Amino acid sequence: MRLLRVLGAFFYDLIVGDDWRITAYVVVVLALAALLLGAIAHTALLVGGAVVLMVGFAAAVVRDGTKP
Amino acid sequence: VDSTTTALLGSVFVASLVEFVEAFTIVLAMGVTRGWRSALAGTAAALVALAGFTAVLGYGIQTWLPEALLKLVIGGLLLILGLQWLRKAVLRSSGHKALHDEEAEYAEQQEAAARAERTTYAGIDAFGFLVSFKGVFLEGVEVVVIVITFGLTADSLGLAIAAAAVAGVLVTAIGIALRKPMAAVPENTLKYVVGLMLTTFGTFWSLEGVGYFRSGHDSIEWPGDTWSLLALLTVWFLLTRALVAALSRDRAEVSA
Repeated sequence: MRLLRVLGAFFYDLIVGDDWRITAYVVVVLALAALLLGAIAHTALLVGGAVVLMVGFAAAVVRDGTKP
Repeated sequence: VDSTTTALLGSVFVASLVEFVEAFTIVLAMGVTRGWRSALAGTAAALVALAGFTAVLGYGIQTWLPEALLKLVIGGLLLILGLQWLRKAVLRSSGHKALHDEEAEYAEQQEAAARAERTTYAGIDAFGFLVSFKGVFLEGVEVVVIVITFGLTADSLGLAIAAAAVAGVLVTAIGIALRKPMAAVPENTLKYVVGLMLTTFGTFWSLEGVGYFRSGHDSIEWPGDTWSLLALLTVWFLLTRALVAALSRDRAEVSA
């Protein structure tokens, strides 16, 4: 039972990590990409998805680095 | 072996090296403080548990997930792991987070081991066994996740396992020769490099795997295939270097 608790905490730490917002952001971006799949060209979806991921990551790191 | 596979294997090797160094520190502290019999028994039990975990996870993923969904799930997981590693590496490089210190970790483990009560079963100290088991298993699970995700998606599971095994043997051999924590390993730099690779492949595969939701459930493809991968790696690299530079400057201005 104790090992299960440790494993649960480990996987939470592995996937959610120090910043749960990064995990949530990745899930939201991929879900949005899936919703837009039939609406825009595939190349635009792939490149746009990557750019949105990068911008979100940069914003998260800048927020962490500048908060008092 | 093409350049993409070489990059994947390099990432698996470096990621495994970092995790094995951390596991070695824990086993060494237990071996020295609580006795080698318990530390090695805990390590052996963890390796058996890891083998079972790998077999179940690898079989499950390979059997039940279609190719596009495999890319989406595994790519998404790699992306999340990679971004977490990159975030820590950027914050550490810019001085906003303390560097991981293997010697401090070793001292902390030794102190805890010295304080714990001694309960033995069949000549094996329970504390030394459990802490070694937990250390090797938890660090090992991270290696297993990276090996399986990279190995299956690149269709090179055997080579990925070999890369991790070489890293394990190397750390063990150096550790036995040194008999002290491997504090000289540039852990933050290695984690940054692996974070970049995980993030790049994660971005590439997860967005390709979104194609699972169209009719036919096929992946969508990046223009230029491998060139897109290289472009993603370059942009992630430039973005993180820019972040390190900006946050370092910001910290210097605050300190001044």
